[in-house]
Amino acid sequence: MAFTSIRKRPLSTQILISMSVVTGVSVGAFFLKDVFGYREIALMLLMAVSIIAMTFEIIPVLISAVASALIWNFFFIPPLFTFHINNTEDTLLFSLYFLIALVNGVLSTKIREAEKKMREKEEKAQSVKLYDTLFNSLSHELRTPISTIIGSVDALQEEKSKLSEQQQDMLLSEIAEAGERLNRQVGNLLNMSRLESGMLQPKPDWCDPEELFKQVTDKLPPHTQTIHSHLPDPAPLIKMDSGLVEHILVNLLHNAILYTPDATHIHLTLETETTSCTFIVEDDGPGFPENEMALVFEKFHRLPHSKAGGSGLGLSIVKGYVEAMRGTVNLENRLSGGARFVITIPVEISYMNQLQHE
Amino acid sequence: MVIDDEPQIRKLLEITLSSNEYVVWQAENAQQGLIMAANHPPDLILLDIALPDRSGHEVLRELRAWYNKAIIILSVQNSEADIVAALDNGASDYLTKPFRNAELLARIRSAIRRNIPENAQTVIETGSLQVDLVARVVRKQEVVLRLTNTEFNLMALFAQNIGRVLTHQYVLKEIWGVGYQQETQYLRVFVRALRKKIEDDANNPQHIITESGVGYRFA
Repeated sequence: MAFTSIRKRPLSTQILISMSVVTGVSVGAFFLKDVFGYREIALMLLMAVSIIAMTFEIIPVLISAVASALIWNFFFIPPLFTFHINNTEDTLLFSLYFLIALVNGVLSTKIREAEKKMREKEEKAQSVKLYDTLFNSLSHELRTPISTIIGSVDALQEEKSKLSEQQQDMLLSEIAEAGERLNRQVGNLLNMSRLESGMLQPKPDWCDPEELFKQVTDKLPPHTQTIHSHLPDPAPLIKMDSGLVEHILVNLLHNAILYTPDATHIHLTLETETTSCTFIVEDDGPGFPENEMALVFEKFHRLPHSKAGGSGLGLSIVKGYVEAMRGTVNLENRLSGGARFVITIPVEISYMNQLQHE
Repeated sequence: MVIDDEPQIRKLLEITLSSNEYVVWQAENAQQGLIMAANHPPDLILLDIALPDRSGHEVLRELRAWYNKAIIILSVQNSEADIVAALDNGASDYLTKPFRNAELLARIRSAIRRNIPENAQTVIETGSLQVDLVARVVRKQEVVLRLTNTEFNLMALFAQNIGRVLTHQYVLKEIWGVGYQQETQYLRVFVRALRKKIEDDANNPQHIITESGVGYRFA
């Protein structure tokens, strides 16, 4: 906010600025003193003090209140150019002016301070809430696979003789799956902290989008949905941080796999412009409830009743990575049902297909 | 030989490797590893890049001063820069933790096979591909492929390094020479062109495999 930024200036600057305002208004009023009466000019000066009170700290406000009162008296109240006041009416006016300027100044600063305290309190409450969500979510997301592993191993160690071979195999694959899940969660957390620490610097390099799509689909867990890739033909080379883009697309496709019905279709599309490229991930699932659309990119936000397995971090990492590359990400529901994520990133594009060095 | 400070990882590696009839030596830090390797040079060293006493990169450099058999780097995920540095410093291959046993064993087999210098093969075969280095010809299912000069050079470089990861920098230096290390654009274009010619399905390559953020591996 502009107001707060002015208030952060040193006191001497604040005093200087407020004095200039008072002087400026006074000089302006001095030329107009034949048009307006000196009582109207008092209102103009009061107005100036009120504006100063809205933006500055208490000391410059008090100084300008006093200064403007004296200026008014000296330059405007007859007899001019003296601090002397002739009639009781003007004495009363002057005293009132002085009082109003002071009260005005003090009240405005007090209100501002109260507002500031309130804001701080709200911010603190919000960060406590975020911290709680973080902790609940983390302990749940990490403890679930850990419990699975410990429990399955216990069963295998202590009740091996009672378990059929099939049951033992089931426990082993439970352990394997829990390990994968734990690995994924820790990966997400590390990525998140890398993002938050501001250490993430995109390293753009030329990449072949055909290769990128292959890398992305290879990294997905087994799924029943069919993934269709759509690339421009011929696909140009793109200069971008393909590692980050790979992460983004894997996260989005992984989400689509987790939250859409079996055997549906997922589309991964690349479109290129001259200085940017757009990745689109679309699915045939239920889409997102309208009131959730704005919240899905928030850290640890999970849709109500959503299936276990996600960390609530995937989409916030997507957003963080896209923003680190100075791109944008949008979510919309398709008219035909299903969600559509659209990611646009500024990049360099090259259609170099045959080389001069041959 | 395993150099890793985590007892659990050492235990796991010992069980997996000895059940596949490898003899396993274990060291828990850089100093121990260097002494052990000097006393009984092993056929292969699995080296963790994050050791408590010294960095794995230093250990790698020191080993490479005299040890010319396989060194496989163990590293954690998301550390492509570390991996590329290790490969450029003479590591034979890398594995990221957590790794699959099957992958570990395949990498070990391939690396040990490359310990024995092949007596300058001039014709290299893999799958349905045949690369003749002398005649400068590549055949796929016995049909001669039309390759440009650079495409053949690239093919020859890959063929002479079957199973090995080649970093982007390394390939650029070998094919285009010093000064072209930043021109990854060339590399992308040629790899794409080469894949179209040698692969059955260029979108699902079986020969020139991409190693994300690191380089290529020829199979």
